Amino acid sequence: MRETTITTSRPEPRSLLRFAAPQMFYPLAGRLAPWFATVALVLTLAGLWLAFFVAPTDAQQGEVYRVIFIHVPAAWMSMFIYLVMAFWSAVGLVMNTRLSFLMSRALAPTGAMFCFVALWTGALWGKPTWGAYWVWDARLTSQLLLLFLYLGFMALTTAIEDPRRSDRAGAIIALVGAVNVPIIYFSVKWWNTLHQGASVSLTEAPSMAATMLAGMLVMALAAWAYSIAVALWRVRALILERERHTEWVGAELTAQEGKL
Amino acid sequence: MQWESWNAFWEMGGAGPFVWGSYAVTAVLVTMELVMVLRGRSETVRRLLRLRRVTAGQESGRRSRDRA
Amino acid sequence: MSALPSPFAAVLRRDLLLAWRGRADVLVTLAFFVVVVCLFPFGVGAEPNLLRAIAPGVLWVAALLATLLSLHRLFAQDHADGTLEQLLLTPEPTVLWVTAKVAAHWIATGLPLVLVAPGLALLFDVEQGALPILTLSLALGTPILALLGAVGAALTLGLRGGGMLLALLVLPLFVPVLIFGAGAVDAYLSGSGADAHLLLLGGGLLGALALAPFACAAALRIALE
Repeated sequence: MRETTITTSRPEPRSLLRFAAPQMFYPLAGRLAPWFATVALVLTLAGLWLAFFVAPTDAQQGEVYRVIFIHVPAAWMSMFIYLVMAFWSAVGLVMNTRLSFLMSRALAPTGAMFCFVALWTGALWGKPTWGAYWVWDARLTSQLLLLFLYLGFMALTTAIEDPRRSDRAGAIIALVGAVNVPIIYFSVKWWNTLHQGASVSLTEAPSMAATMLAGMLVMALAAWAYSIAVALWRVRALILERERHTEWVGAELTAQEGKL
Repeated sequence: MQWESWNAFWEMGGAGPFVWGSYAVTAVLVTMELVMVLRGRSETVRRLLRLRRVTAGQESGRRSRDRA
Repeated sequence: MSALPSPFAAVLRRDLLLAWRGRADVLVTLAFFVVVVCLFPFGVGAEPNLLRAIAPGVLWVAALLATLLSLHRLFAQDHADGTLEQLLLTPEPTVLWVTAKVAAHWIATGLPLVLVAPGLALLFDVEQGALPILTLSLALGTPILALLGAVGAALTLGLRGGGMLLALLVLPLFVPVLIFGAGAVDAYLSGSGADAHLLLLGGGLLGALALAPFACAAALRIALE
């Protein structure tokens, strides 16, 4: 806890750390989220245009490869979001800040959603390309296990009623999962190359035209901006719930009551 | 990328169901998530308001009983 | 010179004694293991080549499930009668007695699986030369499962529906152990040698011994504060 110094002349410099307090973060999140959402929308439209009207037909895979414009960004985001979740979990455990835990919880459903999208699009890409919806390819199998890690986190935090215990238990399982993700990926890769003759790689577009890469990157940025917007919106509801006994939430509720 | 016709765009060289199946499901999930997040907030507000009314009602009930 | 046993030895001895006194409960885990292994031929057919091929995987998955189902007894009893809280209050380092508890749990539930597995493998007509590899892989792997499972058990302590939740939390973490454990036997049988797999399992065991007790201790404190 920082102690306020009694000064007569200079005001205390305002540091960014003041946003670690839910009361300060709540309005900030409310102001930032629409911006990120707008950026996400614009980038999505740009990405879709690149995906369908700029990127050429692939020499080997024809038109079906266009699924990568969703599959790869979704896969990237599902892994990135998990790392960010683990980061906020670690920060929460070390610095004992409630908001960090809430941020972790706010991110999880979006990460799980992207995970599922990666799996779904991977399957729909696999069927016309390799003949089967699921071939236990190393990357997709790791993605499946990542989905289970997300579901485990969400199930655990929901099952524990006490908020303090729920936050911390979730943080531990997120960190344990994060440590295990490289182990899981490595072991699944090993397993896949030993048990399968041909190496089936669904995420390699052998000759990646510049436009294809550009389309993927734009969609990835769109997904990133979207995730931030959704997480900020979600964390606002979590803050209201968690801080419902405070005065400022009472005032906020009264203000919202007028709008309902 | 020039498409010969709307049909060609729709069929995606025979892989239409797979490509559009991917994009459609993604769009549905993203929409669902947005709806759930934005509605979740107003539901939270409503629920907390109701909770506040109930506990305030209980408090004043208790106080009037104490006074009686 | 102290005549008192170290906290590790004391907790180990106590838990082994309790496991011995409640050995019916412990034998149930072993029985479950045997029954599950025996189910597979009914499901996939008794064709010898097929059974020989799936044997390592079947034995490993059954061992995994048996471990999972036995995890509840690690902390539940002590949690119910308040011993766990008392243990947490002692000045002794928590990781010490947590490791002792997991060790006792493995001796009571995991070790029997390791000892019985070669016999079961014969039901599947596994080549005799592969049996030591199978046993060693289980001997290295089941403690890892116990250590990882202990973290899950500590996190889900006292929760309704904890068993299923524990499975969801812990099974993805089990997958690498399963891959290298069953893979060791397959590697031996295919001629490429199981050395790498067994070494990785050994490394995993050391890593789990070093890290899991800390995560477990943290989880227990969170569950009981």
